[in-house]
Amino acid sequence: MSGVFRLLVFCMMALSLALATSVGDGRWQSKVPESDRVRQNPMAAEAGSIAAGAKLFRQHCASCHGSDARGRNRRPDLHSDRVRDATPGQLEWLLRNGSLKNGMPSWSRLPEPQRWQLVTFLKSIP
Amino acid sequence: MMAFLSKFCLSVALLLLMIAFASPAAAQESYFVTYSHQMEEPGNLEIATKSVAASPKSADSFLGNALEFEYGVKAWWTTEFYLDGQSTADQSSIFTGFRWENRIRPLLQEHWINPVLYVEFEDVSADKSLLEVVGHDGVSDFSGRNDRGEKKREAELRLILSSNLKGWNFSENAIAEKNLAGDPWEFGYALGVSRPLSLKALAVSCVLCRENFTGGAELYGGLGELHSFGLRDTSHYLAPVLQWQLPGGPAMKISPGFGLNDNSHRFLFRFGISYEIEQIASRLRGR
Ligand code: HEC
Repeated sequence: MSGVFRLLVFCMMALSLALATSVGDGRWQSKVPESDRVRQNPMAAEAGSIAAGAKLFRQHCASCHGSDARGRNRRPDLHSDRVRDATPGQLEWLLRNGSLKNGMPSWSRLPEPQRWQLVTFLKSIP
Repeated sequence: MMAFLSKFCLSVALLLLMIAFASPAAAQESYFVTYSHQMEEPGNLEIATKSVAASPKSADSFLGNALEFEYGVKAWWTTEFYLDGQSTADQSSIFTGFRWENRIRPLLQEHWINPVLYVEFEDVSADKSLLEVVGHDGVSDFSGRNDRGEKKREAELRLILSSNLKGWNFSENAIAEKNLAGDPWEFGYALGVSRPLSLKALAVSCVLCRENFTGGAELYGGLGELHSFGLRDTSHYLAPVLQWQLPGGPAMKISPGFGLNDNSHRFLFRFGISYEIEQIASRLRGR
C-alpha cells in the first residue's frame, strides 16, 4: 500500500508544480467573459452594503489579504489600480471562480448577494 | 461508555483550547456524509469532530466518533486525516483506526456542475462512525461484539458533483469502496441539499442572525456490490442537517437521521463541531 501512497503524493506534487504560475499578475482578468464584465452590482445602492461587505471581508478574506487589505505573504494588496479599475462584474466573477491555480479560493459557496456586498466593499477601498 | 465519553470530552476541550488561539474563519461543509465541491482554503487547517449515536433494537447502543484534520494544500486540493474511535454500551471503548483522504478539483473554474475526485485509504476495525454507507451495510453489522481482530483496509473512491445556485447547494456523490483484502467493489450514494437561512449579510456582527445558520438534508445509502448491484438488502437514511457558524468561533452541526427500511438503523443522531485555524504555517512562523 505504501507504494500507492507514494505514487499519490508524487502525482499531487507534480501537478502542483505544473500548475504553478505567478501570483498577482492580474491574468485572471483576461478570463472574465464580457457578459460577466458588464454586470451591475445590485447591492451597490443598498444601505449598509459596504459595512456588511467589510464584515464579510474580515471573516473570509483578511487572513490572506490582511485586515487592512494591504496584502500579506505574497497575497496581493487590494489598494491597487487593478482593483480600482476593475468593473463590479469582473470582481464578482473573480470571487465566484477564484483563481485556484494561484491560491485564491472560489467563494461560490457564499450566496450571490454576499459576493456583491464584498464587491461593494472592494470598490470602496481607496 | 464512560471512558469513551471522557476521551470525547477531552477532544472537545482541546478543540476549545485551540479556539482561544485562533481567529474568525469560514463555515465548512454543511453535511456529514455528502461532500460538495467546497475545498479547504489553502494554508488553513480545520479540526473537527463528527459523532454518531444510535440505539439499535437488536444490538448495543454505540457512539462513533471521528476526529478530523483537514488541510488546504492548494485551492484545488484538500487533504484530510481522520482518527476514528467508538464506544459500545456494555462492551468497550476502542480506537478503531485512521483514514486519509484527498479531494481534487480537476476543473479550475466554476461551472453549473463541478466535479471533484475523492480518494480515501482507510485502515479500521470495528468502526462505527458511519461516514459512508455502501454495499449491503445494515443494522445487522452492529449486532456482533467489538472485534478489533477484524482489520479492514479499504480504498474508497467518490465522484462528487456539486452546484451552487441561488444560495442553494446541490451535491451528488457516487461512492465505490473496495476492501483491499479482495472483496468485491461495494457501491453507495449520498445526496445533499442545503441553503443559508439568509442570503444577505447584516452590516453588524451578530451571533444568532439567520445568515449564520444553514439548513439542509442528506439522503444516503448502499447500492449493493459488483455482482449484486441494486437496492436489495441495502440500508438508506434521510437526515435533515442544521449548521450554526459562530462568527469568529466554531461551527456546530446536528443531524437527526431516519432509517428508511428495516435494514437501516431506525434513528441516528449526528453532531459535529469544527474549528478552522487560518494560515497555520504563517502563524507558526510568527507572521
Ligand atoms: C487563501 C488565501 C486567500 C483568501 C482567503 C482570499 N484570497 Fe483573494 N487572492 C489570493 C491570491 C493568492 C490572489 C492572487 C490571484 C492571482 O493573481 O491570480 C488573490 C487575488 C484577489 C483579488 C485580485 C487582486 C489583483 O490584484 O489581481 C481580489 C479582488 C481578491 N483576491 C479578493 C478577495 C476577497 C474579497 C476575499 C474574501 C472573500 C479573498 N480575496 C480571499 C488569496 C486569497
